[in-house]
Amino acid sequence: MGNMMILIPMILYLLLMFGIAIYTNSRSSDNGNFMEEYFIGGRSMGGFVLAMTLIATYSSASSFVGGPGVAYSTGYAWILLSMIQVPTAFLTLGVLGKKFAIISRKINAVTVTDYLKARYDNHFIAITTSIAMIVFFSAAMVAQFIGGAKLFEAVTGYSYVTGLIIFGISVILYTTIGGFKAVAITDAIQGVVMILATTFLLVAIVNAGGGVENITAKMIETNPNALTPTAGGAVSIPFILSFWVLVGFAVLGLPQTTIRCMGFKDSKSLHNAMVIGTVVVGFLMLGMHLVGALGAYVVPGLSGDGAIPGITVQILSPVLAGIFIAGPLAAIMSTVDSMLILASASIIKDLYLNYGKGKVQEKHLNRISFITTGIIGLIVFIFAINPPSIIVWINLFAFGGLEAAFFWPTILGLYWKKANADGAMLSIILGIGSFFIFTIYSIKPFGMHQIVPTLIIALIAFVIGSLFGRKNSEATIKLFWEE
Amino acid sequence: MNFKEKNRQINKEAKITVGLYVFFFIWWFAFAYGLGLRDISEYTYILGFPAWFFYSCILGYVVISALLAFVVKKYFKDIDFDDNNGEDKNNG
Repeated sequence: MGNMMILIPMILYLLLMFGIAIYTNSRSSDNGNFMEEYFIGGRSMGGFVLAMTLIATYSSASSFVGGPGVAYSTGYAWILLSMIQVPTAFLTLGVLGKKFAIISRKINAVTVTDYLKARYDNHFIAITTSIAMIVFFSAAMVAQFIGGAKLFEAVTGYSYVTGLIIFGISVILYTTIGGFKAVAITDAIQGVVMILATTFLLVAIVNAGGGVENITAKMIETNPNALTPTAGGAVSIPFILSFWVLVGFAVLGLPQTTIRCMGFKDSKSLHNAMVIGTVVVGFLMLGMHLVGALGAYVVPGLSGDGAIPGITVQILSPVLAGIFIAGPLAAIMSTVDSMLILASASIIKDLYLNYGKGKVQEKHLNRISFITTGIIGLIVFIFAINPPSIIVWINLFAFGGLEAAFFWPTILGLYWKKANADGAMLSIILGIGSFFIFTIYSIKPFGMHQIVPTLIIALIAFVIGSLFGRKNSEATIKLFWEE
Repeated sequence: MNFKEKNRQINKEAKITVGLYVFFFIWWFAFAYGLGLRDISEYTYILGFPAWFFYSCILGYVVISALLAFVVKKYFKDIDFDDNNGEDKNNG
């Protein structure tokens, strides 16, 4: 039975993830500071793990299934678009890494909200950013689960719910038990699996098509537009340029990215991660999207999200297909796990400890954290079984909404001394607000994605608020600039 | 390095990073649309790929990776992240 042959390597793989979580849990439980261990891994990531966890977090279902699926129908233009993500890793680490490393140690920050609270000293900002994070992450996690379960269904032939149970439960369990450290280490392994999966599939598709020259010849014959950088006009230049914002520099604002800048060990780890991260993400983007674009002329007749699973099943042997399918599932799980741990951190650290009970005993905190992580995971899981349309709707806003809320307050807070609470507040309100309005009414000035005008408005709001609003306290300036 | 020196070094590294980012953008854009917008009958091919794609995406990826490795090694410094309150610690 072909089915079982695909399923077995997958299950072995999931068991491995689970083993790692138990191992990290048993190793870190005797450390004194539970919060710092559970939510940020004791700031101990080395270069390789940092690079991999960063990549694994932002390569999700869309990098392995969605994007290559579009490349399947549009051709080279979509590979060009995917390459925009290549320098994002080094930009994030190079701009945010050392600043966050220093400040998060100073104020014992384990969440992005910890930083925003220290920088702006404002309850409104702390609460809205926490809530935005919890809501958007939950919706995004449901969407990732749906993507994963559908993929599982397409490749193995088992039902959607079976898939959801197998990998959904494993990701919830290992995140709950192992915390951030388990998330980072499993991310690193999942990163390696993604590299292997991409390599297998790319080699297989080029071989099956009789070499790149042959495939290109077929392309020239049947669909020459696929060879152009605009897909014959379908992918316009303003449209593609706005991706330099959406999946390019605005990613600096995503809390799941920024939090990684609080968790690494030393300068050397950061330097290595910048290089490793760029090399690996480039390989994955180029490889997977080439599989999609070339695959259309080797295994024709597929479409959209069905393209990559279809290619996989047809050109790889079952065992290899099982290993391959672990690639995108790994991408999905590693996106979900980091959101899960962050949502949990946000509830415990940003909301409960600040505005709820206040002082809680270490041992107690330990249990509350496990339970919170588990419960969020479970809620997301239940939603994914039969997704309510509101979740699908919120997810449309998740990525851009988080960027709209966090980008300027994060960056300007670090690099602009005059940045203050009034500016950040205005920027968050107008940013999220205008992003919603632009998206709902699909207003796209000059064919650009909504995120571009949104960030411009949010920037103007931030600058006006900062110039005319209340000044930063001396304590804040002392903390961040020591003057 | 004391705190101010650290800050200055970090700002410098951030500027270099942004510079590399802009460099990659220009490379990506110039080759893709410089070579790619002509008529398909005039396309040339390298290793089976359209030339614009080869230069913009494949070579661009190799170049930025190599350049990054060089720049990080040459201009990025080891900074102690723990708060040492301005005491002199010569590790740069």
